[in-house]
Amino acid sequence: MQRIAAAIKGRIAPLWAFVQGDGQSDRVVPPSGFTAQLTLFTSGAMAFLAVFALALSMATSRVATRWSDELARSATLRISAPDEQMAAQTDLALEVLETTPGVASARRIPEAEQRELLAPWLGVDLPLDNLPVPVLIEVVEEDGLDVAGLKARLAGEVPGAVYDDHSRWRAPLIKAAARLRLLGVFALGLIAASMAAMITLAAGSALAANARVIATLRLVGAQDVYIARAFVRRFTQRALIGACIGTLLAMLGLALLPSAQAGGFLTGISFGGAGWLLPLLVPLLAAVTAFAATRAAALRTLRRLT
Amino acid sequence: MIELQNVAYNYGGGELLSDISLRLAPGSFHFLTGPSGAGKTTLLKLCYLELAPTSGRVSLFEQPGTGFSRDDVARARRRIGVVHQDCQFLDHLPLYDNVALPLTVSGKDVSAEQTNISELLKWVGLEDHAGALPPSLSGGERQRAALARAVVMSPDIVLADEPTGNIDWEMGQRLLQLLIELNKMGKTILIATHDLNLIRTAKSKVAARVLRINNRRLQLAGADL
Repeated sequence: MQRIAAAIKGRIAPLWAFVQGDGQSDRVVPPSGFTAQLTLFTSGAMAFLAVFALALSMATSRVATRWSDELARSATLRISAPDEQMAAQTDLALEVLETTPGVASARRIPEAEQRELLAPWLGVDLPLDNLPVPVLIEVVEEDGLDVAGLKARLAGEVPGAVYDDHSRWRAPLIKAAARLRLLGVFALGLIAASMAAMITLAAGSALAANARVIATLRLVGAQDVYIARAFVRRFTQRALIGACIGTLLAMLGLALLPSAQAGGFLTGISFGGAGWLLPLLVPLLAAVTAFAATRAAALRTLRRLT
Repeated sequence: MIELQNVAYNYGGGELLSDISLRLAPGSFHFLTGPSGAGKTTLLKLCYLELAPTSGRVSLFEQPGTGFSRDDVARARRRIGVVHQDCQFLDHLPLYDNVALPLTVSGKDVSAEQTNISELLKWVGLEDHAGALPPSLSGGERQRAALARAVVMSPDIVLADEPTGNIDWEMGQRLLQLLIELNKMGKTILIATHDLNLIRTAKSKVAARVLRINNRRLQLAGADL
């Protein structure tokens, strides 16, 4: 146990030393330069975009999931039978449904409602009486419904009934929701990669601009890791500050979006409840990205410069 | 301490130094002279592994330089004080911090060395300039500050490249006196210079060997020096 604690302490100590910083070593790098503003702006802008991408991805995923859930909770029973048997089969089907555990409610869709549903395709003056329109029963499911058992029972007792649990419609929605989540993650990955690239360029530029400082430090015995740390710490700090500002602005923007029930998808681009904690990870990820990008750039440039 | 064996160095095709052998023994005092462009600065850079020889072998503190990693080179430089021709300083830091820089980069507690640094600044006559930024110093002051920085880690060897190149005669003598004092403390000194008067003055005060780079090769200077 003590060995594990010592190992953890050994791992944490350099990280803590990095976070704490060293007043003396931090000062060896000249304080200003356009790269400071560039890093701050880049990380701020990228964090802003990342929060929006995250919100958009979550909202899209939420809408798709909701549609899918709504479809999953409802089913339709379609009865096609000769005219003289239609009423009997409908009553029988309703009786079967009402006595089946897991069926919350079953309602025959009235003719007027059916007419409305068909109107967009067949016109408002639809002569429904002259068409062999099946009877539709809307079924609302609840937990514990044995769909296979219900289908088997209906097949035996109501031969003209076809139970449609909307799985044919739900499958592409579930697939779309998964794809949208994936696209969101991909967009976040692209944003992180762009930020890493920009910070790498800024760090490379800062290192090249400070070639004389680096040569002096090497002359007096500074190791590469010492010089790199001075740059890495500064860039990580800037990226963290920029990302915090960008994240806060994006969160503020999302919070101020007008909320309207009728707005649907557009007004749903936001986080809900504990979801608001998620964007707070963006500055941390930005700092980690900046750390890794600057460290790699610094060590590479140092080997090239001296 | 520093040994060069049959070292050659090529600059972009042309050979600048050829078959150079040199051994800097502890406590020795050497001058390196020769015309401008002869390769004095290059030879010094080979001594502190700023440059790698094209052929031959450079050893530092009894270790072959070829086996040195970049970190090993950095650690070795803490034992070699270098006074550069153009006095490289960090212009945004005050003189005090520049002199303390070797301590800072080697992770030493600078505040614990406060007295030593102040004494060092006093030794080179810059105690009143501790807070000044390097660009505000004169050439002579910068050279002396560079010397103070070179010895702050109490190195075994001091390499000086044209230390009196940009300063007047009086200031040059003062700087030379400081280097002689360091040698009397047991430090190994190698000064690259084309200032023959400086060499003559030094020889009257210290047992110095004078080496000359002539036609790419190193040779012992004649009795005229």
